[in-house]
Amino acid sequence: MKTMILKPIETVGKYLMLMGRTFSRPERMRVYFKQYVNEMAQLGVNSIGIVLLISFFIGAVITIQIKLNIESAWMPRWVVGYTTREIMLLEFSSSIMCLILSGKVGSNIASEIGTMRVTQQIDALEIMGINSASYLIMPKIAGLMTMIPFLVTFSIVAGIIGGFCTCWFGGVMNAADFELGLQYWFQEWFIWCSFIKSLFFAFIISSVSAYFGYTVEGGSIAVGKASTDSVVMSSVLILFSDLVLTQLLMG
Amino acid sequence: MIELKSIYKSFEDKDVLMDIDARFDNGKTNLIIGQSGSGKTVLMKCIVGLLTPERGQILYDGRNFVSMNKKEKIALRREMGMIFQSAALFDSLSVLENVMFPLDMFSNDTLRDRIRRARFCLDRVNLIDAQKKYPGEISGGMQKRVAIARAIALNPQYLFCDEPNSGLDPKTSLVIDELIHDITTEYNMTTIINTHDMNSVMGIGDSIIYIYEGHKEWEGTKDEVFNATNERLNDFIFASDLLKKVKEEGALQK
Repeated sequence: MKTMILKPIETVGKYLMLMGRTFSRPERMRVYFKQYVNEMAQLGVNSIGIVLLISFFIGAVITIQIKLNIESAWMPRWVVGYTTREIMLLEFSSSIMCLILSGKVGSNIASEIGTMRVTQQIDALEIMGINSASYLIMPKIAGLMTMIPFLVTFSIVAGIIGGFCTCWFGGVMNAADFELGLQYWFQEWFIWCSFIKSLFFAFIISSVSAYFGYTVEGGSIAVGKASTDSVVMSSVLILFSDLVLTQLLMG
Repeated sequence: MIELKSIYKSFEDKDVLMDIDARFDNGKTNLIIGQSGSGKTVLMKCIVGLLTPERGQILYDGRNFVSMNKKEKIALRREMGMIFQSAALFDSLSVLENVMFPLDMFSNDTLRDRIRRARFCLDRVNLIDAQKKYPGEISGGMQKRVAIARAIALNPQYLFCDEPNSGLDPKTSLVIDELIHDITTEYNMTTIINTHDMNSVMGIGDSIIYIYEGHKEWEGTKDEVFNATNERLNDFIFASDLLKKVKEEGALQK
């Protein structure tokens, strides 16, 4: 019972201490900037494909589902476009997309740093007098947080194109009605809500995964476990913070 | 010169290092030998600061590493080079970039000078042709040589090698040993090697300490180790049939 209470507190403490080391002053800005650009490419640019693919199909499926489920003589036809837009904007492109990214990006970060730990690459950095936490983790957090608004934007656009495609090629409904719904009562604040939420989620994904990777002890099995744990923990934290942020931003 | 004074380290209830005193001189290859689990890796980790001993002093030319603050430790670490058992090269960087890494972090030289220095170090370990390759594309022996080049890039005063011959064939091990020995004398560094390779002991053991179950059991040189009377040391050194035979023949000749 005591362990059940103390262990999470200890983990949070270790995580905060690691973040303290991570956000200390970088030794050589030039090298950090190079790392930062690399991380933007590795974590952000390399995720564009999967974001576009998933968002396109989810956008299309949402359109079909809503059309089928709310079809009624009393319901204006543009409601399908309106609802698709709101779902993509408010929930899918920020929260659900980040849940998906926690699987791709989070496991990547945890396994990369974890492998560096077990192959003594982190020890090598420490021996050289380099703050390994700052050198390895800070560029990842900054890189992902820089790229996430772009990924959210791509996701929204791809989802809406997906919805349009069901109208153009699937004949699900009239594209003009869908377009009218997309434009109906548009609120710019929702876009900002999406960006703000995704920034929090990007921080959660990169820092939590980095923590699990950095604290690996053992061999390849431990790296695999850290990778899985990081995805589970990031997902739980994203869901919980989504609840809090939605209430704070929209409530 | 590095001096250890009464180093004590334990993990939970287990005493791992017990009052170890030792002195490692400049320009010599100082070997720490002992069976697996004897505590020599823990001792090496304490010396380089990856672990902190509960008691004792680690003096780097009179400067006590244990009582230093964080800033002083970081400054001293820039005078250290280390070769890890697994070479610990950065996978995402090429051979040249690996050697340039400490220079990029700490040197104020121009890019051209940094590249020149890194190439010089690679040339010193006969690996200039592999500079564009990645660690995954070269052999274990070559990886160790890149690690040596990276360790000497900043002209360190202290060089640490954790089982540098681990996983290498005897011929490649010899090359690595000779390289470490030559570099040590050439740059007058204080070199500490953690090993249980008997070829290294016989070949480059200018000074040797034998660790047995966490305490210093014996110390001497490669010339003394062959005729040592310490039973535990003899059990360790002459564990292989080949060395037993060599000793017996040597004794017969006498």
